Amino acid sequence: MSVITLKHVRWVVASNPLTLVAASGAIIIALIGVLAPWITPQDPLATDVANAMQPPTTAHWFGTDQLGRDIFSRVVAATRIDLAIALSAVSLSFVLGAVIGGVCGYVGGRLDRVVGRVVDVLMAFPLFVLAMAMVAALGNRVENVILATAFINLPFYIRFARAEVNVRRDSGWVEAARAGGENDLSIILFFLLPNILPAMAVQVSLNLGWAILNAAGLSFIGLGVQAPTAEWGIMVAEGARFITSGKWWLVAFPGAALMLSVLFFNLLGDALRDILDPRMRT
Amino acid sequence: MTGALLSIEDLHVSFATRRNTVDALRGVTLAVNPGETLGVVGESGSGKSVTALAAMHLLDRAGRVSSGRIVFQGEDITHLSASALRAVRGSRMSMIFQNPRAALNPIRTVGLQIADAIRAHRRVSQAAATERALDLLRLVLIRDPETRLNAYPHELSGGMCQRVIIAMAIACEPDLLIADEPTTGLDVSTQKAIMDLIAGIAAERAMGVIFITHDLGLAAKYCGRVVVMKDGRVVEQAAPNKLFNAPRDPYTQRLVAASPTKVSRIEDLVVEEGVATLSRGPVFEQAAARRSAVVPLPVGERVRVRGLRRLWSDGRTSIRAAQAGERYNTIGASAPHPNPLPNGERERAEFGAISARPTYGSSPLLRVTGLTKRFGASTAVDGVSFAINAGESVGLVGESGSGKSTISRIVCRLLDQTEGEIRFDGTAIDAEPARTFNRSALRKDIQIVFQDAHDSLNPRFSAFDCIAHPLRKLMGIRGRAVLTERVFDCARRVGLPLELLDRFPHQLSGGQKARVGIARGIATGPRLLVLDEPTAALDVSVQAVILQLLVRLRQEENLSYLFVSHDLNVVRMLCDRTIVLRNGRIVEQGRSSDLFANPADPYTRDLLAAIPEFNPTAAVEAKVAEPAIALGAKRQPRARQVPSPGGEG
Repeated sequence: MSVITLKHVRWVVASNPLTLVAASGAIIIALIGVLAPWITPQDPLATDVANAMQPPTTAHWFGTDQLGRDIFSRVVAATRIDLAIALSAVSLSFVLGAVIGGVCGYVGGRLDRVVGRVVDVLMAFPLFVLAMAMVAALGNRVENVILATAFINLPFYIRFARAEVNVRRDSGWVEAARAGGENDLSIILFFLLPNILPAMAVQVSLNLGWAILNAAGLSFIGLGVQAPTAEWGIMVAEGARFITSGKWWLVAFPGAALMLSVLFFNLLGDALRDILDPRMRT
Repeated sequence: MTGALLSIEDLHVSFATRRNTVDALRGVTLAVNPGETLGVVGESGSGKSVTALAAMHLLDRAGRVSSGRIVFQGEDITHLSASALRAVRGSRMSMIFQNPRAALNPIRTVGLQIADAIRAHRRVSQAAATERALDLLRLVLIRDPETRLNAYPHELSGGMCQRVIIAMAIACEPDLLIADEPTTGLDVSTQKAIMDLIAGIAAERAMGVIFITHDLGLAAKYCGRVVVMKDGRVVEQAAPNKLFNAPRDPYTQRLVAASPTKVSRIEDLVVEEGVATLSRGPVFEQAAARRSAVVPLPVGERVRVRGLRRLWSDGRTSIRAAQAGERYNTIGASAPHPNPLPNGERERAEFGAISARPTYGSSPLLRVTGLTKRFGASTAVDGVSFAINAGESVGLVGESGSGKSTISRIVCRLLDQTEGEIRFDGTAIDAEPARTFNRSALRKDIQIVFQDAHDSLNPRFSAFDCIAHPLRKLMGIRGRAVLTERVFDCARRVGLPLELLDRFPHQLSGGQKARVGIARGIATGPRLLVLDEPTAALDVSVQAVILQLLVRLRQEENLSYLFVSHDLNVVRMLCDRTIVLRNGRIVEQGRSSDLFANPADPYTRDLLAAIPEFNPTAAVEAKVAEPAIALGAKRQPRARQVPSPGGEG
C-alpha cells in the first residue's frame, strides 16, 4: 500500500499482459489529447464542400464528413475536449467525494446519516437523465456538462470514501495520531485520506471511461458541447443521418475512438487495482 | 507405524510465493498414538499449524507436500483423492480452529451447523441430527442447550462458539482431533474450561489429540508428550516434565526460559543473546543488530524513500558528534536548531521533561477518582479509583470486558469519562475534553503504547515518521537535523537498529514493530506511559526482550507505567502494584508481591488458579549448568548498552 516498486509493477504486468496493453492504450490516448492541436494533419473545422463525404483515402485517412471536414483531424481534436471534460469532472467529484465521505465516515452519527440519505436519493435518479436536467437547467455550456458529470459521480465517491475511512477510523494508528497531538481534521486529511488514496485511484480510472461516455452522450443529444466543435458525441450524432446511405466512416471512427478510450480506462482501472492491492504483494 | 494413530514421516511442505518457494516444513516426523494427547509447541512461523493443515489436507493452493508421508490408521493418506478424503476428514479425523467465530457460518444457527456436520457423514434424518446436536451441546456443557440450538454465532460468546466448534468436531466421534490453538484469544478462565472439556472428552472416548499451542504451560498441563518445533523442524520431543525441566535443545531452553511463570523474574526470561547464533528468528535479528551496526535486510526489499537517504547521512554525522559528548547536551551542540525558539521554550522542547523533571512530593502523579464510563445502556467502567505515584508501575488486569482498555484510553485522554475525576500531577486533566486534548500542554506527558503494534503504525509512515510524528507535533521540533537526532536517540533507547528506520511497518517483524511503538511512546519524554497489552501479540521470546526493555526504560527515564494486561504473570513481574478488574469494578488492588502470594478476593484466586503452570525450577538449574548460555554471557552485551545507548549506532 505504501510503496509500489518497479519490481512489483513488472510482476503484475507479467502475470497479466493485458495490463500493459491497457496502460499503453490509456497513455497513447492521453498523449493524443495533450498534443491534439499539433498533430492534427488538417484544421478540424475547415470545410471543403467539394470533397464532402469522401470515403477513407490516403489524403483523408478516416474520410471526410458532409461538409468535407477531415474526420481523422476531428477525431484527434475531439480526444482533447472529451478527455478534458472527463478529467475535470472526475477530479472534481474525487476531491469533493473524498472530503465529504471522509468526514462522514470519521464523524459518523447524525451527519453521516443525513448525507447518507441524500446520497441514496441522488442514486435513485436515473443518472443520465439527472445530468441532462442539470445541463438544461444551468445552461447549455461545457462547464455545466463538467458540473453535471461531477455531480452524478459524486455519490459513488462519497460512499466509497465513507466506507474506507469508516473501517480505519478506530484503528490503532489513528488513536496513536491523536495521542501524538493531531486534531480531527488533520487526522482525516493527512492520515486517513492518504491511506485510502490507492483504492480511490482505482475508482477514478474506472470512472474516467464512464465520464467520457457521459460527456459524449450529452453532446450526442445536443447538450453541452455545440457544433461545429469536434467532439465524438456530436460527430456520431451528425454522422448517424448518413449511415443508412452506406457512409459508415462518419460514425465508425469517432465511435471506435469513444469505445477504445472507455475500454482502455476501464482496463487500466483493473490493472491499477492489481498493482495497488496489498494482498497481491507477498 | 501400526501402533500409531497418525504418523507423519519426514514431511516437507513448501509454499510457492511470487519470488520463490518457501519451505514451511523441512522434514517433520512425529506420531500420535490412540488415546494420546500430543502437544506441538513453537513460535509463529515454526510450522506447527502447517503440520496440522497438511495432515488434514487443508493447505491452501500455494502449499504443496513435496516429500514425506502421512499415515493415518495404517493407511497412507498423503495423496488421497478428494472423495476418499471426505470420508476421513470430519469423521475419523477432525479439527478445531483458532478463531471459533470465524470458523462458524454467521448466517446459520449453530444447531443446523452441527446437524450439517453429522449429516455429511451419517445417513440420518434432519430430526435425528438435530436431536444429536442437542446431545452434543449438552456434552460440551453449554448452558441452556435447547435455546442455544437456535442461536446464531454472533449471539454467543467466544468461549461458547469454541464449544460449538468442539461439538461439531466430535459429532462423528473421530479417532483423532487436531486442536490448533483452540484457546488463543479467550480469557484464562474460559481457556481452562475449554481445555478441561477437550481433555475430558478425549479421555472418555480414547480419542487421540494433537494440541497445537504456543503456551508451554498449557502443553505441560494437558499433554502426554510434547513436540517442540522450530523453522519447520522438530527440535525436541519428550514428556512435558522432562522437556520443560531439563530441555536439551538450546531453542527449547530459550523458549522455556522466556515463558513467564509464577516464580520467574524478568531478568531470567532472556537467554537469547548467549545462544543467538542458534536461532534465526526475529529475536536473532535484533540481537545481531545490536552487536553490529549493519544488518542485512532479512525481509522485504530495500526501499528508497526520497529524502531519507540524505537525512540518513545527516544523522550519521550527528551520531558521531553525539558519541563524543554527553547524551542530551550534544543535541543542541552538534546540530544547531534552525528556528530557535525562545530560550525557555527551547529548553523545554528539546530537553523535554527528562532533564526538567521536578522532584515529586507525596502527592501521586495520577489520581483517578470514581471513574465511570457508560456506552449507551451498558456500563463499561463503574466507579474506579486508583493512584499512580511517580516512577511507579501499576498493573491493570482483568478478563475481556472488564473495562481495562476503556480505563487506559480515558487516562490517556483519548476517550471522555461519563463521571469521575482524573488529576495528573495535581491538574484536573479532564477539564479539557478528549477531543481537544491534543492541544493540552500535558499531551506529551501522557503517552500510550498500543496492543497491536502492527495496527498502531500508519501503513504509509516509515518507522522514522512514526517516531518523529509526536516530536514534530508535540515538541514542535521542525529542524531536520534535530529531529533526526531525536528519532535516532529514541530508536537507540529501545534497541531498534537505525537501519530499520526507513522501513515501512509491513517490512518489520512483530518485535521490531513493538519497538517502534514504544519508541514513539517515549519520544516526547512522557511522565506516564500507558501500556495497553504491548506484548499480547508477540511470541514469548520476543515478549521477554520487550519486557526487559520496559524495565530498563523505566529505570533510565524514571517513567510511571499503567500496564494493562490479561497475562497475570507478566503483570506480577513488571508491576509494583496490581489492580484486578471485573465487569468495570475494582475487585482487589495491592502490592503485586502480596496480591499474587495471598489473593484476598475469590475472583483473583480463580484467575490465578486458571493460569496453566509448569514448574521451571529445574530448568533454571539446567540453564546455570549449561556454559553456552551462562548468565554472564547474556549480561555482557546489555552492560555495554546501558551506559551509552547510542554507542553502536
